[in-house]
Amino acid sequence: MSNTAISVTDLSKKYGDRMAVSHATFEVPLGTICGFVGPNGSGKTTTMRMLLGLITPTGGTGEILGESIKHPEKYLPRVGAMIEGPAFYPALSGKENLNYLATLGGFPIERVQGLLEQVGLGDRGKSKYKTYSLGMKQRLGIAAALLPNPQLLMLDEPTNGLDPEGIQEVRALLRSLANDGTSVFVSSHLLSELELISDYLVMLRKGEVVFTGKMTDLMLSQQPIIIAKSTNASDLEILQTIAEAAGHHAVIRDGAVHVAGPADWAVDFNRAAFDAGITLSQLTPQLPNLEETFFEMTGEK
Amino acid sequence: MWNVAFAELRKLRRPTLFLGTMGAVVFFSALFSSLLFLLIDSPDGNSDRGRTVSREVLGLATGGVQGFSSVGGFLGIIALCVFAAQTAQEYTYGTLRNLLIRQPGRLRILVGKFIAMKLFALVMIILSAVISISASVILAPRAKVSTDLWFGADGRHALFTSFINIVISVIGFGTIGMVLGLLLRSPISAISFGVLWLLIIENLLVAVKNSLQNWMPGAQLSAIASGGVPRGMSTGIEYSHALLVGGIYVAIGAGIASFLFMRRDVSN
Repeated sequence: MSNTAISVTDLSKKYGDRMAVSHATFEVPLGTICGFVGPNGSGKTTTMRMLLGLITPTGGTGEILGESIKHPEKYLPRVGAMIEGPAFYPALSGKENLNYLATLGGFPIERVQGLLEQVGLGDRGKSKYKTYSLGMKQRLGIAAALLPNPQLLMLDEPTNGLDPEGIQEVRALLRSLANDGTSVFVSSHLLSELELISDYLVMLRKGEVVFTGKMTDLMLSQQPIIIAKSTNASDLEILQTIAEAAGHHAVIRDGAVHVAGPADWAVDFNRAAFDAGITLSQLTPQLPNLEETFFEMTGEK
Repeated sequence: MWNVAFAELRKLRRPTLFLGTMGAVVFFSALFSSLLFLLIDSPDGNSDRGRTVSREVLGLATGGVQGFSSVGGFLGIIALCVFAAQTAQEYTYGTLRNLLIRQPGRLRILVGKFIAMKLFALVMIILSAVISISASVILAPRAKVSTDLWFGADGRHALFTSFINIVISVIGFGTIGMVLGLLLRSPISAISFGVLWLLIIENLLVAVKNSLQNWMPGAQLSAIASGGVPRGMSTGIEYSHALLVGGIYVAIGAGIASFLFMRRDVSN
């Protein structure tokens, strides 16, 4: 039996002249949480749709739980998914919507109430879906994805609209599912969240995979950075010039200069800033986090 | 397929849709049958388009189901709206992707939905038959119409024939609604187009050139519901012709829509 939950090779989708996904090749091992990141329009949702048999790839191959994506009927009964936000019938209650999907998929109706409670909707199951807040809709979408007791869970932006407590609950839920052997493939804009829970990462940029592998490998492959702030915001450009003159790549982001360089260069940087008449209010050498790595690798900002 | 049908029935039985539709069926079935008897002596006629159905005709074995037959075309319009809305809303709500994830067999989804909607239509037709015939039985003595022949063997045969004809017609209208829903992917567009075509455009075209009624899809399905006109009559559509032409329209539409549904990417 294959030990990968998802395996795709050269997977592509072309709309007219535009390649929405271009020769994507990656694997997601069984029983892991894999973050799926990329800027808007990078092809994340298109890739997920191809994996779920909703759209036909222009080229390439793929396997889900050991079955070809050409035969979604062979693996979808073991897959739970929420793609591009929750979608339900507004006139039905949350519970009725889940009953509908349970009947459709041939799953026991008795699971529904338990799932509603698991996602914190136990007491609102009888309310109509149209009365739900965005966060509640999102929770119902997650409950629907859990209906088949899935071996693979594919979630597209599951924390959209959730409050911090809800985000924390989803994080704990995904971790506990992974601990029980469920493979989780999750896209999110909240990179700090993905950094906390993901074991693996697939990063897309303009339809192409720019990184695939263990999260730790990605972080270790990144150069350490030095974050510097000045008391005067107008000094940031001078600091950037100083860093670049010394051969270090530097960008201004979130009111600070981010300089790619080893921690011990911070001393030289501080001295050069002082010589230029700049007083630094912060000088922090650190390893880049996922967000900084993301921007670095996808060319965003 | 049966899972899809059972799931779909969960949706179709929700009170707003079910009671709303059945309420309309009760109202119009009672209205059509009542007018037949209450306006029997009216110089403006007591049937559709100002036609008069006399006491003698209503006293025949077929008299008991005359009102039921008259409401058949209207039941078809209701079925078209329900089928179109239930199909197209999967696109507008984005729920089609849920359906396809839980049931990847696209043809199974179509057939399952169709079975459920046919059952819904069947309930509609049975209810309409009960209301129409009850109204006729109640109002016949007041209109001095004899009901002696209604409950004999010929009367039962007329009821059976009318029922089958209306089922065929209503399912035909419903299928057209489903096809429009699949093609236009919007309940409002599908219902507007269907109703506009059937109630206005077809009538205008027939008013301009009467022979066109033999080739209009809505006219064929209405003719099936009313049993058509006897062979050789100069006005109206013969039953066998209506069945053939209506069947061809429905089959071609269903074929094209099913093909598109099975091949089209689901990207909303």
